[in-house]
Amino acid sequence: MEFFVQLIITGTVIGSIYALLALGFTLIYKATDVVNFAQGELLMVGAYICLHLTVSYNVPFWASFLITLVFSFTMGFFIEKVFLRRMIGEPIISIIMLTIGLSSVMKAVVQIFWGTDTRTYPQVFSSEPFMIAGLSISRVYIYSIAAVAVFLVLFSLFFKKSKVGVAMRAVASDQQAALSMGIDVKKIFALSWGIAAVVSAVGGIFLGNINGINTTLSHFGLKVFPVVILGGLDSIVGAIVGGLIIGILENLAGGYIDPLIGGGAKEIFPYVVMIAVLMIKPYGLFGTKAVEKV
Amino acid sequence: MLKINNIEVVYNDVILVLKGLSLEVKQGSIAALLGSNGAGKTTTLKAVSGLLRPDDGEITDGEIWFDGERIDKKDAADIVKSGIFQVMEGRRVFKDLTVEENLIAGAYTRPGNTVSTAMERVYNYFPRLKDRRSQLAGYMSGGEQQMLAIGRAIMAAPKLILMDEPSLGLAPLLVKEIFNIITTLNREEGTTILLVEQNANMALSAAHYGYIMENGRVVLDGTTEELKANDDVKEFYLGLSEKKSFRDVKHYRRRKRWLS
Repeated sequence: MEFFVQLIITGTVIGSIYALLALGFTLIYKATDVVNFAQGELLMVGAYICLHLTVSYNVPFWASFLITLVFSFTMGFFIEKVFLRRMIGEPIISIIMLTIGLSSVMKAVVQIFWGTDTRTYPQVFSSEPFMIAGLSISRVYIYSIAAVAVFLVLFSLFFKKSKVGVAMRAVASDQQAALSMGIDVKKIFALSWGIAAVVSAVGGIFLGNINGINTTLSHFGLKVFPVVILGGLDSIVGAIVGGLIIGILENLAGGYIDPLIGGGAKEIFPYVVMIAVLMIKPYGLFGTKAVEKV
Repeated sequence: MLKINNIEVVYNDVILVLKGLSLEVKQGSIAALLGSNGAGKTTTLKAVSGLLRPDDGEITDGEIWFDGERIDKKDAADIVKSGIFQVMEGRRVFKDLTVEENLIAGAYTRPGNTVSTAMERVYNYFPRLKDRRSQLAGYMSGGEQQMLAIGRAIMAAPKLILMDEPSLGLAPLLVKEIFNIITTLNREEGTTILLVEQNANMALSAAHYGYIMENGRVVLDGTTEELKANDDVKEFYLGLSEKKSFRDVKHYRRRKRWLS
């Protein structure tokens, strides 16, 4: 039983990071119709920047965290402005190729600066675990779940209450009508990329604190596909719920199936779920059933 | 107030839609723009509001002036800021946003502290929207959606509203209601309105001045009284002609007269 609960907790932590990543992915997809294959690289770059600031410049963790968020926002903003802006109206396959290219470039740049070795964050959170109901839970897990929850709440408030947030959803709903309202659609596009980079960086920083980082961190970008397909490509709630479900399922598979077959189940399980969802419920749990006119 | 001077609009670099169109809308008036399908009415409105670019259209010649300022090279967002708001054809409400969020989006260019008073004004005009303020706009009836579309325009407090077929797909009673609102808006707020309509009868009774378009040009214009008295308008737009034999081919010839 305790094993099961531990798996659930680890799954929730990883799942909440998936949720953040999927939130960024969905945001870009909804607002700009771009399928972003570089989401995992945004996460990786964020994790490296924060690590570098903390280790090499001895910046306190909270400060480097904030600086990383600002940096990530700027990076996302300019990626849209420089690369994606020119692709508006181009075929979807060219845009996908562009984001794949971006992902390779970002990975290469990270390897140039920091190499391929695994690096670990200095001890930020005390290693003494929390004891909750007889279970010991590591502090970094609690903090990362809390941070993710705070970010998700902040963003839902932003989308519901602020003028810019409402404008972003308006652009996602009907671009031309939004334009007729004086909403600067290009600015909203750039903003979506900025925010997507920020949430990914938050995920990256906490992942780094849990596991340490190397360039394989970018593989998290591919995990975002099972998550968003389960949740529904264009649903923000779906991204969050899907993230948690995939995280937990993955860990359960790792805990119970891996010992039986000698490993590997954890890695493939999300994709098995993805294929099953595609066959049974192709629009996901919360996605809109849009009829595409051919 | 609005002056369109001899504009030409080309779609996709090849399709010439407006061929030297000119018209003028006076401050505080309602002008109606009538014409058959494909005459270029919607294109005219989009040329003014700067919404041609997403449709791959471009103004290749002529100029558009608004309040003494040339706007044909400006961005759609800047044009909205200068006081022109287009209510697009087919309502185009944001379906997965609530009524209130739709209105907030409409007030995007306005300072934040004016939003709540503007919203009260919209609810004054359309009490029905107030009842549905937290409902998703996509689930409302066509009439309510049109009210919401006009409500969004009121939120932006524009000097000039471009209205593209507000009566589209509505029951006659609702059409009347919508036109009532349009005339009240004009009378009480002093908003200038350029109205594109298929329902010529309604449009001519609401407007002060009318333009009739065909094939990308204005072929006839005048005060609405003049237009209503015009034989061609009566026959082609109001359906008021006397009974006559279908063998009478003069019908076609008269139509041609405008195009030469």
